[in-house]
Amino acid sequence: MKPIATTRSAMGIMTGKLAVYWVLVSEIVIFGGLLACYVMNRIAHVEWAEQAAHTNTWAGAFNTLILLSSSLSAVLAHQAAEKGNGKKAANLLYLTCLGGLVFLIVKSFEWTHEIKAGFTIQSSGFWAYYYTAAGLHAFHVIAGMLVMLWVASTAKKNQELHRVENVGIYWHFVDLVWIFLFPLLYIAK
Amino acid sequence: MSADAHGHHETNYVKIWAILVGLLVVSVLGPMLGHPVITLITAFGIALIKAYLVAKNFMHLNVEKPIVHWTLGAALVLMVLLYAGIMPDVGRASGERWKKNAGWHYHGTSPHSEHSEGAEKGKGEGATGH
Amino acid sequence: MANHADAHADEIGSGHHGHHEEPGFIKKYLWSTDHKMIGFQYMFTGMAMALLGAFMAYVFRMQLAFPGNPVPGFGVVSPGEYNALITNHGSIMIFWVAMPVLIAGFGNYLIPLMIGADDMVFPRLNRLSFQMFALSVVILIASLVVQNGGFGGAWTSYPPLSANPDYNLTPWGASLWLLAVAVEFVAFLLGGINFIVTTMNSRAPGMKAFDVPILVWTIVIASILFMASVGPLVAGAVMLLFDQLIGTSFFNPNKGGDPILWQHLFWFFGHPEVYVVMLPAMGIVAEVITVFARKKMFAYKTVIYTIIATGVLSFFVWAHHQFVAGIDPRMANVFTVTTVLISIPIAEMLFVYIATLYGGSIRFSTPMLWALGFIAEFLIGGVTGIYLGASGADIHFHDTYFVVAHFHYTFFPIAIIAVMAGVTFWFPKMFGRYMNEFWGKVHFWGTMIPFNCIFIPLFILGAAGEHRRIFDYHNFPHLGAQWMQDMRIFATVSLLVMLAFQLIFLINFIVSMFAGKKAPKNPWKANTLEWTADSPPPHGNWPELPTCYRGPYEYSVPGRADDFWPQNEKA
Repeated sequence: MKPIATTRSAMGIMTGKLAVYWVLVSEIVIFGGLLACYVMNRIAHVEWAEQAAHTNTWAGAFNTLILLSSSLSAVLAHQAAEKGNGKKAANLLYLTCLGGLVFLIVKSFEWTHEIKAGFTIQSSGFWAYYYTAAGLHAFHVIAGMLVMLWVASTAKKNQELHRVENVGIYWHFVDLVWIFLFPLLYIAK
Repeated sequence: MSADAHGHHETNYVKIWAILVGLLVVSVLGPMLGHPVITLITAFGIALIKAYLVAKNFMHLNVEKPIVHWTLGAALVLMVLLYAGIMPDVGRASGERWKKNAGWHYHGTSPHSEHSEGAEKGKGEGATGH
Repeated sequence: MANHADAHADEIGSGHHGHHEEPGFIKKYLWSTDHKMIGFQYMFTGMAMALLGAFMAYVFRMQLAFPGNPVPGFGVVSPGEYNALITNHGSIMIFWVAMPVLIAGFGNYLIPLMIGADDMVFPRLNRLSFQMFALSVVILIASLVVQNGGFGGAWTSYPPLSANPDYNLTPWGASLWLLAVAVEFVAFLLGGINFIVTTMNSRAPGMKAFDVPILVWTIVIASILFMASVGPLVAGAVMLLFDQLIGTSFFNPNKGGDPILWQHLFWFFGHPEVYVVMLPAMGIVAEVITVFARKKMFAYKTVIYTIIATGVLSFFVWAHHQFVAGIDPRMANVFTVTTVLISIPIAEMLFVYIATLYGGSIRFSTPMLWALGFIAEFLIGGVTGIYLGASGADIHFHDTYFVVAHFHYTFFPIAIIAVMAGVTFWFPKMFGRYMNEFWGKVHFWGTMIPFNCIFIPLFILGAAGEHRRIFDYHNFPHLGAQWMQDMRIFATVSLLVMLAFQLIFLINFIVSMFAGKKAPKNPWKANTLEWTADSPPPHGNWPELPTCYRGPYEYSVPGRADDFWPQNEKA
């Protein structure tokens, strides 16, 4: 039984959406903090460029493509939910999840290859930031996938359709972080 | 259900996606031209444009109430502040009268040997802090 | 606004919680989603942790007063144990007492009641946040009992000491401590979302932004401050954990890392954190003084703007904790200016409180005594902060007991004095019974006088050069003068007296909970909405949720028969 409090909207923004935006605020400062540290250190350590040369730009670009496409399916899911089509929204959310899965699979191949080549998290400061930043991002991808599966399970019964938009907002943010991670870790060599 | 904020009716999401992919291609090709400034512009400039497109068209940030913009913007400003406050100490390898040389150019090759030896590798005189 | 009501129509009954069997013990006390029960869970956990933190203070102060002698109830204190005691005393008092009681305890209990809602907007998330908090308590206590003992690197956990087990000698303790802090952060991030969104969206009809009580504003702004400042430290904590456990080089200077990076990340959070706890404390004091002076808040809108300004400014002062750490001296200049500037809005708040009291019809009830005590003691704390904020003076004062005394003159009012004001004030609402006034006053004086006797000597000792975090001053001949040791003993004995008086509070609290005189809905004749609910309020708080017609501080309004005017009373 939801409290009556949940039906009110003094700010004119739906409660769930407002909450997701506050989550984004906290995530901006978490990732922002980590990436600011990385950028500062990268500027100070000119020798890190030699390490950075070994990241796999093609894997990174492919993953960027995957995430951008999954953002597309997420917003299409929102569009379907808006029109009341819970089943279509759920399917599009499952597709988005699949995108996340492909992203993670590519990343695991990428990392396995790098670790075998001797570029471990302890090898140098560059790799420490590389694995930590991408790892933290991947953790958020996994969390997003789990939430999406849960939202999809109620959406396909045409219930709680507003949640489709909210999980989409979170997912777009995860995509945004990667849009910056990609040049930081893969292009700036 | 969303009479509150959405005026976005028929944005062609697939079109936006296509633009994003095109930008991605440019940003991958940019470094191949070999010029550092071009690389930076294509890499980060394009990242900013992509971010804007995703935020505007997928997240519909542009039709949200101002308070949302202000709040997210404030978080970003805070990160700039963080960077500005820390950069003078951490973002440099040396300053007017100091140098970080304890182990600055460290690069380990075998992952498991480095952790245990702890301190004695190089007590450089110019290291930051006491 | 009505559009999404239909999305929920199947979920809420029109009569609102019509039929309800009485829940079992577990569902009612341990698995509840009711904001009041969760508030109690946080408050009682926080109070229990306060006992643990106080015990630690007792032990290390005994060591300082009578070095080398076995401490009754603990034994001989080794250097490593001393470090663990001071580290965990600080960590516990800030993260496991002040924050849970002030923000999550009072916030959870009071926010829905004060804004006229029946619960928080995310009750299950609320429950999860407490469970994460409880987990952090378990992890912290585990860190104290593992092999080699608890972490002793100070609550600030600076690397390389904290990062390298060869230095700190507490490999398990260090990582468990860090993990406990990280889990606690997550708990408060989750909880904060509830407070912010509930207050923004679920206010009673007619309650505009400037009709919201100051306490609710302060808790919400504190939650926002916390959320915005803790992010970089969460990242930093992951980095430090990796340094500790898998040998990364984020903060290790021998491998190209930089220990000062940790300091910056820590204090970027650490400074706003002190305002995170200060603001709710000031909010409690605001509520208490308006009721017991029967006067409206002087310049309520200005207070709100000041609170927001303080919050914003609090992000610009952090490196005053690092003046002598080796930061760029030019940055030190910048931070001196901002630090001295931030004293202005806070001083202004205290003046506003005094202006609120001026001309009021003052009743010296126990809550009022605590509120007045807060103002007096916090003034001393704030003023001594200005000495420390000047980077030149700080060269002498840094890492001395002057700093310790300064922050106890701010933290103690925040975590104890304001909390006592809040507990004695809202006790009748929470438990439906009065606390004993006489013993409440005895407890008040028995706390305040010894408190000053503990910390004034510490100002003097600090100014004379006594370093912090030293387990035994025998190795420092210039700090071995007899008068200094006498002061240490005096401070310690005062602590023993103060701790003894807390027994009175505990007995008063527990006995009153079960056998105190029954209290009506509005024993203090206050205006805010929580006083219109039953004492204690039932599940759902009111049979029908109230509407708000005016601001919260309409006391002694000219022309009215009553000297108060509840917010929900029709004109």
